[in-house]
Amino acid sequence: MNPLRRTLVSLLALAIAKPLAALAAWNKEAFSAKTPGDALKGLGIGNAAPSKDLQIEAPEIAENGAVVPIEISSAIAGTSSLIVMIEKNPFPLTARFDFKEGALPFVKLNVKMGETSDVRVLAEAAGKYYTATKEIKVTIGGCGG
Amino acid sequence: MAAGPMKMRANLGSGFTDVRVLMTHPMETGLRKDPDGKIVPQHFIQNLTVKVNGKTVIDAQISQAVSRNPVFSFRLKGGAKGDKIEVSWLDNHGESAAIEAAVA
Repeated sequence: MNPLRRTLVSLLALAIAKPLAALAAWNKEAFSAKTPGDALKGLGIGNAAPSKDLQIEAPEIAENGAVVPIEISSAIAGTSSLIVMIEKNPFPLTARFDFKEGALPFVKLNVKMGETSDVRVLAEAAGKYYTATKEIKVTIGGCGG
Repeated sequence: MAAGPMKMRANLGSGFTDVRVLMTHPMETGLRKDPDGKIVPQHFIQNLTVKVNGKTVIDAQISQAVSRNPVFSFRLKGGAKGDKIEVSWLDNHGESAAIEAAVA
């Protein structure tokens, strides 16, 4: 590749990468937290009320901790965020989904679990937080690889 | 394993659109060792965006605890055949990828 072309390509790459980086906020403090309490602090969540309107669909026993399917949904009116925390993982906070107008508060994903743990889901609706948990037993952990 | 292509399908359900997206990504935790006993550095997707006809409907932040080659299902309100769905991700190395599909 000639130098001019290389410069143009890298400029173009920068032009594309910059706006993406500017858009993307990643809550480093919360995701680096080693305890669920610190993760909540990092997310700015004080109190969360237990709610039966938060559904967690997941296996009771996960044979493979590297791929544990979890489906979460909220029937709480005005739900704008769903947060997944695997309490006994080295870094409990696993995902935060912010739903805007046009999306339903529902998500299905696969997660890694190092050991048997409570999976905590939190929902934000109209500035208030709600929570529910489900224990998933893990026979083979999935964090080391 | 390097990051690679994505796959997506979006189908009309009853009252909602079902979006299923697959990303090719190692999602390295930084805790795993390679066969030589060296730690494999962290490499994982951090941000995920879902757009419908150019408008952002879901913004997500995820950690290294999401499984390798992540698969997500989302539900969008209503929807119509031909609506343009776009999903993109950005990882901790600044790599990114995107895919577009029309609702079927």
